[in-house]
Amino acid sequence: MKKVYGSAKEALDGIVHDDMLIAAGGFGLCGIPELLIDALVESGVKGLTVASNNAGVDDFGLGKLLATRQIKKMMSSYVGENAEFMRQYLSGELELEFNPQGTLAERMRAGGAGIPGFYTKTGVGTVIADGKDVKSWDGQDYILEEGIFADISIVKAWKADETGNAIFRKTARNFNPPAAMCGKICIMEVEEIVPVGSLDPDAIHLPGVYVHRIIQGTHEKRIEQRTTRPAA
Amino acid sequence: MTTAQQGPKGWDRNQMAARAARELQDGTYVNLGIGIPTLVPNFIPEGVEVTLQSENGMLGMGPFPVEGEEDADLINAGKQTITELPNTAYFDSAFSFGMIRGGKIAMAILGAMEVDENGDLANWMIPGKLVKGMGGAMDLVAGVGRVVVVMDHTNKHGDSKLLKTCTLPLTGKAVVDRVITNLGVLDVVEGGLKIVETADGVSEQDLRNATEATIVS
Repeated sequence: MKKVYGSAKEALDGIVHDDMLIAAGGFGLCGIPELLIDALVESGVKGLTVASNNAGVDDFGLGKLLATRQIKKMMSSYVGENAEFMRQYLSGELELEFNPQGTLAERMRAGGAGIPGFYTKTGVGTVIADGKDVKSWDGQDYILEEGIFADISIVKAWKADETGNAIFRKTARNFNPPAAMCGKICIMEVEEIVPVGSLDPDAIHLPGVYVHRIIQGTHEKRIEQRTTRPAA
Repeated sequence: MTTAQQGPKGWDRNQMAARAARELQDGTYVNLGIGIPTLVPNFIPEGVEVTLQSENGMLGMGPFPVEGEEDADLINAGKQTITELPNTAYFDSAFSFGMIRGGKIAMAILGAMEVDENGDLANWMIPGKLVKGMGGAMDLVAGVGRVVVVMDHTNKHGDSKLLKTCTLPLTGKAVVDRVITNLGVLDVVEGGLKIVETADGVSEQDLRNATEATIVS
């Protein structure tokens, strides 16, 4: 059971093909699988559908895959920081399926948990509800949302052991666990691979059962909005 | 052309945030949207303790860091660098929206483009012009106990943002409980909006003149 690979390129070898559905972790530029995104750019794979809360910025994160036109469709909740994304979308070159953020997260979690659909009150009475089944409980309407079953997941954690038991750091956890869960194959990049037995089993955020391939690398970890207060 | 343009200005952004801070109930968990709501923590009244939720996966959000202490792994939902507190907890996005959708968050204070007299809220897109997305706003307004909107009473053309019916795509239907604008505070009630108070130097008539929505007494 060898899960550790030498590079992002090696970890994607043999499992990437055109027109596939990829679930990606990260929120803004925080906790994004930046090494795997770079390797996808290099692979030249095309026609991708990517489920990810955001689409990066023009020159970093998923923005790189948009710049090379490798993405056909995004499933996201917020794309406001990306001018090239906006241009491609408004010109009709890129498909966009807006998902409320919590619905997107739950669709990933549900997919990973073997749940093909669930009812939620989020989006009732809005365009999000168009064409979706509505059921009522106790006088409240709920709409049917479907689980996401991705071909692969690309996620980023702080540390993992060689079996894929993973720990995230602060708000860099975000979409990474649900994204990891919903892929048939999950590739995880980490800042540090540690020996089995060195992580506290009670502190594992994502058990290794969800993780199939692991790589270690150096991350830029770019800050999108550097905001400070005056020193006291 | 409209009377609103010549009308009193009322509260500034900080005064609106301070008024919104008076909505905070001691011991509750609250989510603050981007824009004016991010100023609210500066005005939390003495003796009131609230825990701020950031929907990207954090309870117990602290202030911005001092220079040199920024951490790329620690941001709020507006992607700004922030800090943690002694009671901070982190979790993933599915868990985060579980507590939102599940009604565990008492209140959200959000910005808006339009609010109407039925409590409908529009704050996520302008068709053909501005395509940013709803982020977590649809989940928040559907899930939290109470929704307070903080926004300017009129747009830059002087037109009311409090409407009979929202014209922009909705974020949620019949979800707003209270609106705080530069001109005053209004509640969404049966039949329209009810004036709760007016801002400094603003008369009830000024507020009515600047409002398209039905005002009920």
